[in-house]
Amino acid sequence: MVDAAVAYYRIGSLWVRASMAYPASFWMMAVGSFLMTGLDFVGIWILFGNVDDLGGFSLTEIGFLYGATGLGIAFADLFVGRVERLGQMIRFGRLDTMMTKPVPLLVQVCADEFALRRFARVFQATIVFTWAATYVDWTLPRALVAVEMVVSGSLIFFSLFISLACIQFWTADSSEAANAFTYGGNTVTQFPLTVFPSEIVKALTFVVPIAFVNWYPALFILGREDPFGLPSALQLASPVAAAVMLAVSALVWRTGVRHYRSTGS
Amino acid sequence: MTLIQVTDLRRTFEVRRKEEGSRRRHRVEVEAVRDLTFEIAAGEMVGYIGPNGAGKSTTIKMLTGILVPTSGHIRVAGVDPSRNRTALARRIGVVFGQRTSLWWDLPLRDSFDLLQKIYRTDPARHRANLAEFLELLDLGELLDTPVRQLSLGQRMRGDIAAALLHDPEILYLDEPTIGLDVISKGRLREFLRSLNRERDTTLMLTTHDLQDIEALCDRVIVIDHGTQVYDGTLAGLHERGGSTRTLVVDLVDEVAPILIAGAETRRVEGPRQWLSFPADASAAPLVAALASSYDVADLSIQEPDIEDVIRELYSRPPAG
Repeated sequence: MVDAAVAYYRIGSLWVRASMAYPASFWMMAVGSFLMTGLDFVGIWILFGNVDDLGGFSLTEIGFLYGATGLGIAFADLFVGRVERLGQMIRFGRLDTMMTKPVPLLVQVCADEFALRRFARVFQATIVFTWAATYVDWTLPRALVAVEMVVSGSLIFFSLFISLACIQFWTADSSEAANAFTYGGNTVTQFPLTVFPSEIVKALTFVVPIAFVNWYPALFILGREDPFGLPSALQLASPVAAAVMLAVSALVWRTGVRHYRSTGS
Repeated sequence: MTLIQVTDLRRTFEVRRKEEGSRRRHRVEVEAVRDLTFEIAAGEMVGYIGPNGAGKSTTIKMLTGILVPTSGHIRVAGVDPSRNRTALARRIGVVFGQRTSLWWDLPLRDSFDLLQKIYRTDPARHRANLAEFLELLDLGELLDTPVRQLSLGQRMRGDIAAALLHDPEILYLDEPTIGLDVISKGRLREFLRSLNRERDTTLMLTTHDLQDIEALCDRVIVIDHGTQVYDGTLAGLHERGGSTRTLVVDLVDEVAPILIAGAETRRVEGPRQWLSFPADASAAPLVAALASSYDVADLSIQEPDIEDVIRELYSRPPAG
């Protein structure tokens, strides 16, 4: 694990150094990326100019949900977002050459062309999260759950990115379908789940558990009863969901690599 | 010492095929490699040849751990490649002629730095190797050029240096001379020979160019339709395949077809005649005999084409 992190750091930092040869392009991409993600929240803000609450939650509470899921996907995207390009790496034979290098394949795939501009998403989510957090009535348990929420949320998205990218071992280009779950999951959890029917909430809890990214821990931190009457234990269960998701993604990745067929030639 | 051991190796691929008269596509199993058994000792230089689609690349990919065999056993440097892929990677170098393991947008220098970090090669060792390969492969002036701007020959030299910086015991080369001009091919062969001599690196190369084999390999393994059809010396292959070299003779005058022991006149066109003789025979006595009986203006020798040799080999019933 430590080895993998060190290898990731070494490869990533070399890419950063290489990209710094073009500072203007770096700043343009970074600012662009920051503005793009920021516009989402402006949209919600405008909505609140017209209504007082959404699904029973105030603007600051929604900001908290938005910031929390934003942080989760931002960290996951920062470190493993490149895994989406797996299909391309397979087609161009890049994966073959990576497989002959003495660093775990997943590390190489994810660290490939690492770019600092991906931090823009993290900054943007941090700003919204910090602002919303100033309205929270903090206690020690709530603070601990907040830390656990961000870590678990990142790991859940991290696992989703990897598991879904593995479909590309079998079907060369399925990254669009994967996006529906990763970025789609991010969009869904930007809103209080009370705006959805309870069947969807159950699916987001027990099938693709992205409700654990922010919804359940946020209910605890904001001191709210579960609007669907689900057990309050779920509010502390995010690490369990993250562990299960991680185990599933490791299994899927391994299976994918062993079924890899390479390309002709 | 046996370095590579392959026993009853088999690999199938499932492909979907549309059958005539049916709309549904059926799954069909295709055997890319079957019943492959061979051993390679440390320090050997082995040519692995066969027609397109014979299973050469599939074999190399299994030996490097990229593909998992359907059945059979492989030991490379004492380990199973597909199970110990990352550990084995330190001990092998791989060059795929058709693709690069360098980073397209990075200058060669950064690619080499990145490799040092990935392999965690001792920095002093890395510098020494790099200096040597830059010199031998004539890459010094290209260090700051992004890989995408390199010519095919330059890129190939860069790739070969990249595959060797960590001192691998085995170097696999998949079509290393494809698309290179005659001078580049010659230099590359000279480099590979010295690598084997100085560092005792074991070499396994797939190629279409019989001259690669002639210049480099004491041993040839031929595969076709996924199965091994020959394992032995190149001379033995020529003998088995009954392959011939061609002596093109330009005479001063137009004369009747040349009659000479050890060769057969195949074609006459004015003062030029084509004589074929066994590929494993020496051309020297033939040339001497010719010069003593005829007025020879010029001579050249054509090597047999690898595809012809192999085709000959298959068209005969397997010996023994």
